[in-house]
Amino acid sequence: MFTKELLDQNDPLRKKWEDEVKRSVAKHADQKENWTTVSDLDIKRIYGPDDVKNMDFANDIAYPGQFPFLRGNQPTGYRGKYWTFRMFSGMGTAVETNERWHYLLSTGQTGLSTAFDFPTLMGYDTDSPKARGECGKCGVAIDTLDDFNDLIKGIPLDKISTSMTINPPATVLWAMYCAAAERQGVPLNTISGTIQNDILKEFIAQKTLMCPPEPSVKLISDTIEFGTKYVPKWNTISISGYHIREAGSTAAQELAFTLRDGIEYVEDAINRKGLQVDQFASRLSFFFNSHIDFFEEIAKLRAARRIWAKVMRDRFGAKDPRSCWMRFHTQTAGCSLTAQQPYNNVIRTAVEALAAVLGGTQSLHTNSLDEVLCLPSEHAVQIAVRTQQILAEETGVANTIDPLAGSYFVESLTNEMEEKAWEYIHKIDDMGGMIAAIEKGYPQMEISDAAYKFQRQIDAQEKTMIGVNKYVEANEKVDIPMVAIDEAVEEQQLKRLAEVKRKRDNRKVKECLKDLAGACKKGDNVMPYCIEAVKSYATVQEICDVYREVYGEYRDPGIF
Amino acid sequence: MRKIRVLLAKPGLDGHDRGAKVLARCFRDAGFEVIYTGCHQTSEQIAAIAIQEDVDLVGLSCLSGAHKYLFPEVARLLQERDAEDIIVIGGGIIPEQDMPALYEAGLKAIFTPGTKLDAIVEWINTNVKPEA
Amino acid sequence: MEELSKRVLAGDIRAASRLIRNLEDQIPDTYVAIKELFTATGNSHIVGITGAPGAGKSTLIDELIAAYRKKEKTVGVLAVDPTSPFTGGAILGDRIRMLRHAEDSGVFVRSLATRGSMGGLSKAVGEAIHVVEASGKEKVIVETCGVGQQEVDIINHAHTVVVVLVPGMGDDVQAIKAGLMEIADIFVINKADRDGANKLYQELLNIASLSRNGDTASSEQWTIPVMKVESIAEPLKFAESVNLLCDKIEEHYQYLVKSKLLSNRLRRKTTAELNEALWGSILQPILQELNDGGEMESMVEKLVNKEIDPYTLAEQVAQRYVKK
Repeated sequence: MFTKELLDQNDPLRKKWEDEVKRSVAKHADQKENWTTVSDLDIKRIYGPDDVKNMDFANDIAYPGQFPFLRGNQPTGYRGKYWTFRMFSGMGTAVETNERWHYLLSTGQTGLSTAFDFPTLMGYDTDSPKARGECGKCGVAIDTLDDFNDLIKGIPLDKISTSMTINPPATVLWAMYCAAAERQGVPLNTISGTIQNDILKEFIAQKTLMCPPEPSVKLISDTIEFGTKYVPKWNTISISGYHIREAGSTAAQELAFTLRDGIEYVEDAINRKGLQVDQFASRLSFFFNSHIDFFEEIAKLRAARRIWAKVMRDRFGAKDPRSCWMRFHTQTAGCSLTAQQPYNNVIRTAVEALAAVLGGTQSLHTNSLDEVLCLPSEHAVQIAVRTQQILAEETGVANTIDPLAGSYFVESLTNEMEEKAWEYIHKIDDMGGMIAAIEKGYPQMEISDAAYKFQRQIDAQEKTMIGVNKYVEANEKVDIPMVAIDEAVEEQQLKRLAEVKRKRDNRKVKECLKDLAGACKKGDNVMPYCIEAVKSYATVQEICDVYREVYGEYRDPGIF
Repeated sequence: MRKIRVLLAKPGLDGHDRGAKVLARCFRDAGFEVIYTGCHQTSEQIAAIAIQEDVDLVGLSCLSGAHKYLFPEVARLLQERDAEDIIVIGGGIIPEQDMPALYEAGLKAIFTPGTKLDAIVEWINTNVKPEA
Repeated sequence: MEELSKRVLAGDIRAASRLIRNLEDQIPDTYVAIKELFTATGNSHIVGITGAPGAGKSTLIDELIAAYRKKEKTVGVLAVDPTSPFTGGAILGDRIRMLRHAEDSGVFVRSLATRGSMGGLSKAVGEAIHVVEASGKEKVIVETCGVGQQEVDIINHAHTVVVVLVPGMGDDVQAIKAGLMEIADIFVINKADRDGANKLYQELLNIASLSRNGDTASSEQWTIPVMKVESIAEPLKFAESVNLLCDKIEEHYQYLVKSKLLSNRLRRKTTAELNEALWGSILQPILQELNDGGEMESMVEKLVNKEIDPYTLAEQVAQRYVKK
């Protein structure tokens, strides 16, 4: 990438510097021996032109909107549109969550993101014995379309995009969204949003599980197909690395496993549904973590774009440049935050958010300072939104596109991230693909190993978490408002669910469920049947029970 | 000298098992025998398994906020089945204000985020003394 | 101890588990409980399931339990996992695949660690089988961790030995230890949807036809079957193939009963148990006395100084203790 002239200038200067370093370190040793990222990547004391001299400017870097899209997809960058300020939220009943959503919109967030409670995430109703004690505790309780209508009350579905973090029951919740849109008079081909709908990472990390891998992937291809035909502005999958990272993986593992999951989904959509890659690829989206090691994260996100572009063009033969774009949402790392001295979390989140922005994210959630302790209070979530706004409007980082391009360090680190990711991707290819790798327990074991190693490092003070293993406050009194979900929420929701079940046409519900079961058995696309079922007020569990019945239930083998 | 047997379980629907898995390895490294039953266990299952395996200690992990119901349930079921000698401890996202009720229900210790692994092992070695 | 054994005979699971624990922890006087239980054993069918780690034994056993429960049989499972040689601890992770039976009172699953015994199944496991039998379980399944000598030792403890293999896991028949091939009463190819299943099948059929599994002197031979079990990704097919396996295991049991070979298998174990008990009754107290009285030390001294040889010393000791 550089002329011989430049490199000739570089070498003696570098040598001079190295000699100086040797002299200095002999007199006054470095503070510590190892300087690594939080993922244990060794970082050099300095980077120079020689670290990136083998790069090819046109093929490896280029400009935004140009293959391999290292510097971004849109030529205009954030000047055209800031990243979406999209705060993940949900709590208690649909009514309470709707209130919080209106509050968030009033603070200036620009997109919605839904957190569901565990029964909903797992495809159970509030009245299931498995749901005892869980209703509304970590997200909103949705049992029927009745709840969903309350959830989106006063929200113009034609103007705002909504993300829903939901996996095995994704078809159900998306069906509810579509039904709710219809009720608002908004045509399906205008609604925009995302369903997470990424089952492979559930097997690897998040563990909201329902059916075995194969039929689960089939359901995902159903949504891709349905979206391609009828809901073209909807991202039917958010291929996620966030949870993989939260489970303890390294940055390279997060990157590699996420992209390899993506490859698996693309293969399935092509092979099973006979879709052309350019028909659906532009609606695939991704979801990454932004962890505390600033440059590692920026490099990771940039590498993600370049790798995916190559995958789409070279592995899948995509012709449309939009098929090669990587569009992603980022969330700052929950696992980097502490319960001790929680106000420190504001700084952590700010730095992580900055990394995400410098990494070129399309959408961002910033964690609240009380993340480790409870659901976010209004005040805490406001600070989180303000963090994004300050970044966007005060710091100047949005003035220019991909500001760190050309940095010897960042480009070198980006290359390194890409290399490591390819290693993992090829390894999984050799195992026969991601589903095969999951069956062998490979990604799960890698993550477990990394998580254990990290914990040992923290305990041994080889890595620092301020407030936890350094600058600890003895007898700390944590004094922030703690949001708690009242037990009454569960009672309330139970009453409401019973009411809906009583009032609805139960014969129609039975019919719809029967039709859905038939479609599942025949291998038809389930979405139209799902929509009919939710309109008849079939519950989340009733529909998921059909899937469990037809496809079988998956038992987590607890690999670690 | 008896070996300490521990059951590590995640009651309820919460699937965040990073902590539980790290603890399983930690306990093995500390010389305990660990039965790890993974996520999505009901309190009845946990109690039944604790008895079948004759464990000294049951460690419950929950990050979804459902600990208020689930942890006391396990303790209660063990008491009901004449197994109150089995020590129950908990961990996860447990707000301080919820702890008195959990101790009342019979839990002997609660470990929250930021706790050192060695501290947990030490607590167990000090407080769990299987009868000779 | 007697109290404990009474409760075991009455079917108290915690007592059975505690007794097994006493065996594992080598609590003195545990043999007193075994005394009470021994004659109550011998009525159960003991099934050994062995194979390399990752062969899917636990998942198979989980479905096997379901198959037995359908036949209304009570089941005990001893799931053995390795103890870490460095820390002495163990993660016992087999039971995680058998969780759906946790509340079924007709099923007793007990996880055990090898606790360092690499030369075969530990004594504790051998006696734990008696305990489970005594607690009233009609079928006792012993799952061994598939490393070292343990795999082969199972034949001394079980009536029926099932060897589980998976295609493409380096389970090339040439690579598999000879011993493992010889002890099988039934071969199972698990995850039979994988590449290489047919090749493995043919190879195993060859071995099975050549193998004599030690039960000679019987006019009726047992033909060692090779059974395929489908991937668990198709739960219904999986359940079906395991049901067939269950039937085959039952068939083997009936074969043993009919040809009066049932007790043969366990003769070696029983002989070993007797030897052990004799050692405990006869030699152990003598050694204890010699140690306590200091005579052991002085005898060793004499040997170190080459004043006398060990055989003469032993004869002298024997003179004192053995009445002819």
